[in-house]
Amino acid sequence: MLTFFLKRLAVVIPTFIGITLLVFALIRMVPGDPVEALSGERGIDPARHAQLLHEFGLDRPLPAQYGEFVWKALHGDLGVSIVSHEPVLSEFLDRFPATFELTLCAILFAALIGIPAGMLAAVKRNTPIDYGVMGVSLAGYSMPLFWWALLLILYFSVHLGWTPVSGRLGIEFDPPHVTGLMLVDTWLSDEEGAFRSALSHLILPTLALGTIPLATLARMTRSSMLEVLREDYIRAARARGLTPLRIVAKHAFRNALIPVVTVAGLQVGVLLGGAVLTETIFAWPGIGKWLIEAIHRRDYPIVQGGLLICASLVILVNLAVDLLYGIINPRIRHPR
Amino acid sequence: MNDTQEAILAAPQTPHPFVEFWRDFARNPGALAGFAVIVLFIICAVFAGTLAPHSPIEQYRNAVLTPPTWQSGGRAEFLLGTDAVGRDVLSRLIFGARLSLGIGLVSVTLSLGLGIFLGLCAGFLRGWLDTAIMRLMDILLALPSLLLAVAIVAVLGPGLTNAMYAIAIVLLPHYVRLTRAAVIGERDKEYVLASKIAGAGTLRLMFGTILPNCLAPLIVQATLGFSTAILDAAALGFLGLGAQPPAAEWGAMLASAMEFIQSAWWIVTFPGIAIFLAVLAFNLMGDGLRDALDPKLKQ
Repeated sequence: MLTFFLKRLAVVIPTFIGITLLVFALIRMVPGDPVEALSGERGIDPARHAQLLHEFGLDRPLPAQYGEFVWKALHGDLGVSIVSHEPVLSEFLDRFPATFELTLCAILFAALIGIPAGMLAAVKRNTPIDYGVMGVSLAGYSMPLFWWALLLILYFSVHLGWTPVSGRLGIEFDPPHVTGLMLVDTWLSDEEGAFRSALSHLILPTLALGTIPLATLARMTRSSMLEVLREDYIRAARARGLTPLRIVAKHAFRNALIPVVTVAGLQVGVLLGGAVLTETIFAWPGIGKWLIEAIHRRDYPIVQGGLLICASLVILVNLAVDLLYGIINPRIRHPR
Repeated sequence: MNDTQEAILAAPQTPHPFVEFWRDFARNPGALAGFAVIVLFIICAVFAGTLAPHSPIEQYRNAVLTPPTWQSGGRAEFLLGTDAVGRDVLSRLIFGARLSLGIGLVSVTLSLGLGIFLGLCAGFLRGWLDTAIMRLMDILLALPSLLLAVAIVAVLGPGLTNAMYAIAIVLLPHYVRLTRAAVIGERDKEYVLASKIAGAGTLRLMFGTILPNCLAPLIVQATLGFSTAILDAAALGFLGLGAQPPAAEWGAMLASAMEFIQSAWWIVTFPGIAIFLAVLAFNLMGDGLRDALDPKLKQ
């Protein structure tokens, strides 16, 4: 197990170094330099320009800039926003709970509906149930997320008036900041109706963001389940006279879940990308909206730092999934 | 004639591979439907100038926010209504097909070409080059695809061309990995060895001998790549980073939809339907192609 762990880690480290290089290079490829870009069309006094370049450390040789960037990043210093002059990391940490809450709810929603639906489709193969589940999941898979979000707003918020259109909480509430997760904070506070308000703000973004992972998980669970149901041990279980429910729930489900865990892990990247659109539409104050705004404002330290953190998160989650995979499926630890 | 002779006479000749492929493909109604919709979109894209009742950018100032024909207040000349500056929605949708399919074609072609080249090099030559290429692809895969596309556009500047480059880069790792896997599966087979003994050089082995046998999964992935490209281009357009106004791009048409969500449902609905149908059609056709081209699934 230790060798397995170390091997995976050995692959992750070069990837991580590559990400820092990529992010670093990306920002340097901006035509002109960040100071020029920021000052816009008006132009800038050359002395002030040089001073600002020096201030941001942009006048030093590239390898030195890169070294400093990595060294500081490893110490949690991702620079300072050009616009707000706040440290990038603290701006990120302020917004991360909102995105975390949203993506967590979305993946839970996707798993709780997608996995049972996929299993049902596999067990009832080639019946209307199967066609229905697969048809709906294909539609979900092809749905442009931002349009789906707009449709949800159009129907549930505008037409039925059930849910609010944007934000995380009604403005009349102000629960104490404990965890940053609005559901938990409002639950802990004694303001009446605050939890209800937080929940009603969360429902539509969760539905919008969770639909694509839901469709992916349902398709994946179905095909993995179909493969497992063909195995000899399932036939053996049937021969011993076990009930179909017991076979599916006990023998097939656990083995079918192994590839699904990997796919669920890969969805983190999809969710972070989707969060950009979802948060923009629902005015959800998370990192997706923060990054898009930073791009529009040309706040390059935020773009650089934010991308680095997001990529690191995806790498870490994938590493965790890989390790988990090794634990639940011992066969993979000793390839050949 | 006895039964055996009759059976021999009746035995079908091996059909042409394309005929066989079409038979497998046509057996799948979803794939056929997808194919039909794609043909329809292609016709719209090619003949947009003839088919569209109005210019996509002409503003009819006396017909701002006209609802679709069948609604009260609708006008016969604007079948699907007009937008906030009086442009005909239907005409913009038809011209939008040109943009969306064009974006798909350019970015998939770019990405596929480069991906096949890199994947062939990695899979055939192996060694340090393989490691270097695959690590680079791992890095691209580690960034969420939309976020990567957004970042690239942010650096290159918003616009249609840059959006296509960004999407091509986002799609690239999939083609590289797929080509490499297929090449590794083929390179040790006997026909490759035979060709090598016959004196074929490295390039001929790579592109002439091995590549044609790796095409099936690539064709499938390229079809599915179209749907990803259309979705991502629309998302970039929606965020204001893709096609710029007044271009009639489906995603960009939805960019201002939020303002009209209370008042003009047709502005919110129709561009989305177009994106959804196009993406669904390419996904259906991709699935059908996979079933028809993958010999493992044929049995």
